[in-house]
Amino acid sequence: MSREPNPLFLAKRTYHGRRMADAARLLPILGGGLFLLPLLWKTPSEQGGTGTVQVMLYVFIVWIFLIGAAAILSRRIPRSESDPSEPEQG
Amino acid sequence: MATLNILVLTSLFYVVLLFAVAFAADTAAQRGRGRWLGSPLIYTLSLSIYCTAWTFYGAVGFAARSGLEFITIYLGPTLVMIGWWWTLRKMVRVGRSQRITSIADLISSRFGKSNALAVFVTILAVIGTTPYIALQLQSVTLSYAAFADFGANTGEEINQNLTAFWVAAGLAVFTIIFGTRNLDANERHHGLVMAIALEAVVKLFALLAVGVFVVWGLAGGLDNTLDRIEASAIARWDVPGSRWVGLTLLSAAAFMCLPRMFQVMVVENDDERHLRMASWAFPAYLMLMSLFVVPIAAVGLDIMPQGSNPDLFVLTLPLSEGRDGLAILSFLGGFSSATSMVIVAAIALSTMVSNHIVMPVWLWTTGGSAMMSGDVRHVAMLARRLSIAVILFLGYLYFRLSGSGAALAAIGLISFVGVAQFLPALLGGLFWRGANRKGALAGLATGFAIWAYCLFLPSFGPFMLMPQEVLDQGLLGISWLRPQALFGTEGLSPVVHAFMWSVSLNTLVFFIVSVFSFPQPVERLQGAQFVNVFEHSTTSGGWRGGQAQSEDLLIMSQRIMGAGEAQALFSNAARAQGIDGHLPEPTPDFLGELERAMAGSVGAATAHAMISQIVGRATISVEDLMAVADETAQIMEYSSELEAKTEEQERTARQLRQVNEKLTQISVQKDAFLSQISHELRTPMTSIRAFSEILRDTEDMSENEQSRYASIIHNEAIRLTRLLDDLLDLSVLENAQIVLNLQTATLSHLLDRSEVASGMSDGSFKVRRSPDVEDIELYTDTDRLAQVFINIMSNARKYCDAETPELSITPRVEDGIVTIDFADNGAGIPADKQGTIFEKFARVSETKAGGAGLGLAISREIMARLGGSIQYMPAQTGAAFRVSLPLSAENTAQAAQ
Amino acid sequence: MGKKVLLIEDEQNIIEAVSFILSRDGWEVKTHSNGHDAIDAVRARTPDVIILDVMLPGKSGFDILREIRADQGLAHLPVLMLSARGQAKDVEMAEHAGANQYMTKPFSNAEVLDAVRNLVMS
Repeated sequence: MSREPNPLFLAKRTYHGRRMADAARLLPILGGGLFLLPLLWKTPSEQGGTGTVQVMLYVFIVWIFLIGAAAILSRRIPRSESDPSEPEQG
Repeated sequence: MATLNILVLTSLFYVVLLFAVAFAADTAAQRGRGRWLGSPLIYTLSLSIYCTAWTFYGAVGFAARSGLEFITIYLGPTLVMIGWWWTLRKMVRVGRSQRITSIADLISSRFGKSNALAVFVTILAVIGTTPYIALQLQSVTLSYAAFADFGANTGEEINQNLTAFWVAAGLAVFTIIFGTRNLDANERHHGLVMAIALEAVVKLFALLAVGVFVVWGLAGGLDNTLDRIEASAIARWDVPGSRWVGLTLLSAAAFMCLPRMFQVMVVENDDERHLRMASWAFPAYLMLMSLFVVPIAAVGLDIMPQGSNPDLFVLTLPLSEGRDGLAILSFLGGFSSATSMVIVAAIALSTMVSNHIVMPVWLWTTGGSAMMSGDVRHVAMLARRLSIAVILFLGYLYFRLSGSGAALAAIGLISFVGVAQFLPALLGGLFWRGANRKGALAGLATGFAIWAYCLFLPSFGPFMLMPQEVLDQGLLGISWLRPQALFGTEGLSPVVHAFMWSVSLNTLVFFIVSVFSFPQPVERLQGAQFVNVFEHSTTSGGWRGGQAQSEDLLIMSQRIMGAGEAQALFSNAARAQGIDGHLPEPTPDFLGELERAMAGSVGAATAHAMISQIVGRATISVEDLMAVADETAQIMEYSSELEAKTEEQERTARQLRQVNEKLTQISVQKDAFLSQISHELRTPMTSIRAFSEILRDTEDMSENEQSRYASIIHNEAIRLTRLLDDLLDLSVLENAQIVLNLQTATLSHLLDRSEVASGMSDGSFKVRRSPDVEDIELYTDTDRLAQVFINIMSNARKYCDAETPELSITPRVEDGIVTIDFADNGAGIPADKQGTIFEKFARVSETKAGGAGLGLAISREIMARLGGSIQYMPAQTGAAFRVSLPLSAENTAQAAQ
Repeated sequence: MGKKVLLIEDEQNIIEAVSFILSRDGWEVKTHSNGHDAIDAVRARTPDVIILDVMLPGKSGFDILREIRADQGLAHLPVLMLSARGQAKDVEMAEHAGANQYMTKPFSNAEVLDAVRNLVMS
């Protein structure tokens, strides 16, 4: 589909808004990775293994971090709905 | 027994409170006072129906059995929510711009509004959700029974079936009252959502309260609690990687696909911007819901006697400690979780069942005649209400039949895997334009077959629906087809196994069939609108009221929506704006409303483009229109391909199109012509009328003035007459009614005659002739030919701007064709005017030189009749015309007649 | 001294007729006969009322009227439109463009006079 060529340089505000949207796209991927991390830890049968308590605390800390990051991003993403930075899909 | 009575009373009071809240919210919304009803907070809370009784009671049970694994059920949705920019944003936008009523509707309208697909999805959704409803009923009866057990000396057995029945009936009543007030499934159910939001608060509060009680009341503080966990049976971190990943993915998939989640997330969504808050607030809600799960499980395992049901620890822990108040709160939390899920699920399913199954069947049986009368509304309402009752009854039936054997979490996960089959069609439909209906159907069928074979049927236990030998040795004894170890993949838990195989094969089949089959035109259009929804729709953008003409809008929408509906919409809007009559002001609100209404008929993109054209909205770009036109053109291309199955049909279609184009063109030309004629006639008439009135009404007028004005009237009258003559002449020529008066004459004679008639011979103009080649004998309509010459010469006289004007006339004969070139030494005709000089009323200069601008048009017609032509020759210095015709008009004249 | 009328019209005879009628009624009549710089003429002549033909060489009367309406200093001027194309859509267009009154040619002299008087009065 033909569309207007995106301008090369954007106003600082717009630029910032688009980077925030990029961050919003990245966040779930980062979260997924962090949540998978405990799988690489040692099981308790090995020496110095990790227990449920440690994993639980870790998961909750990551969780709170993600909530905070999502909250900040949701405020910073520009509200203009005709978002020109929407990637071409399909 | 006293506790039980208090519990019953409290529950009843709570139910009454829910009714009251729902009723108050509905009333407020109707009066337009309930702005806060549509707040992002309420939206976020309504999403909490994800946390059902399975979460409320079952999570602790899950944790008590398999440790931290339970948390994956919340991590999946958390990732989906914080990834809202990827998927949910698009889903909500599509849902709103396409006025989607359910997930079945979304999938069906994406794939060419296929009802077969909608029916399929609906049936699968019912199969997947019914056990889940049964699960909720079970949780309420179990928790009620738990109370009864602790009531000790009751002596009488609690009739669980009866409890379940009354709960189901009560929920049906509540859902019907608040879920089917409006026919339009797109209307938000404010009362219902409000009640659910309240329940969300209650269940979170209850669970947190129990958690606080367990940690600080029973375990003796945070550190002690952690110690107890370390000491408990679930202290080991040994969740299998496949389950950790698999269940996270599964819950993420289910979160997007569950019909009830779709209902609150997309259908009940008031404003896309609410997603912003929900994106972090809902994960926070989930985090709080799971905060105390492991502590409660660990302490429960420690304190409660061996063999007690860990699924009920949330309730039995306070009860065993004699904290009846807390236990009742906990019961209410569980009750809230169960009821809110059932209510929303029933609404979502009933919308699907009535829209995609009951209504089509009803319309089909009545032969569509009912579409004309007004009773469709009532039937739809009735269908939806009956569907709710039936769905709840099915849930109750499932509860009765399955008994209370299976653990709560197991049913939940089986249901999750079932609905996760929608995921490939859903995401494929949103992001891949190549996805098509056949692919979606094939993928869904594959996924569900595997789900049923590997998970659903075995879940009823051996010997129920699936023989043990199939489980052990595979279908027909083929070990690769063992339901819980397809293709020899042993070592996975049945849920993850079934999820992996069903969804991946579903996706694969969906992809392959889509790639190798061809979509219908509607699918292609819908595909473009879904995938590029952010380019096509601006549901939330809103309209700026321009100088839109309400009347134009009304005319357009009447064509699209039908006169009655459009007029009703407009007059309602006008009334809402407090305007008398039927035309509202084109406010942004109204335009948005109109666009949505029209989108139901023509699709969001077209509706938007159409309104934009009338409103003159600045932001609609040519690209937008081209995008729509592109798609439309593609559709026309395909439909014509289909139409023209035989060559003949194709030819006929082409001819029809040509005729149609020509008719349109003629109609446009006719309008322009009439407008021109009107102008040409009215202008002299204006002078005539004005001056004749001056002559009549003015008394003191000099003779000089009088004669001057009289001569103006005279000249204008002559101009009128000449114009009428020309017009009649042209009309006769154009209608081929002319009878050629064929005579023989020499060219030199004709040129002499024309020179005199055009006033060329008065000496003001020098005419260069070539007498030696002019002696050509012509057999043609000599009078008409002379008329052409006169026109050319008069034009030269009028327009040649040279100081000593000259006109050279050069004839030539070649192959029986005579060409006569007329060239003057003036500036010629400007290049941009050359193309139109033979058109009617075309004038080269802006000063009016007397003629009506018909001379060359007439000349062209005459030459065509004579079998020749007249052309302008641009390469000359001055204005130059070339007239060519056959020496003898005999043959052509006959042909012309 | 009478009030000023600016007549923008390209047909010489009509200019003469309208000027005759209005000046005998005590109006000061200015004329302008093409579309190109009509807006400049309006600015320069500062009329009290404008009579504007639709079909002008160079620029359509509707466009000129829109320019007048878009100009802060001129937007208030009363404008009487004259047109020889008596179609319904022209009346609509004139209304959209902001004409105070619209008259189809041919008109009676009394009509024009009344219209101009009324426009200045109101």
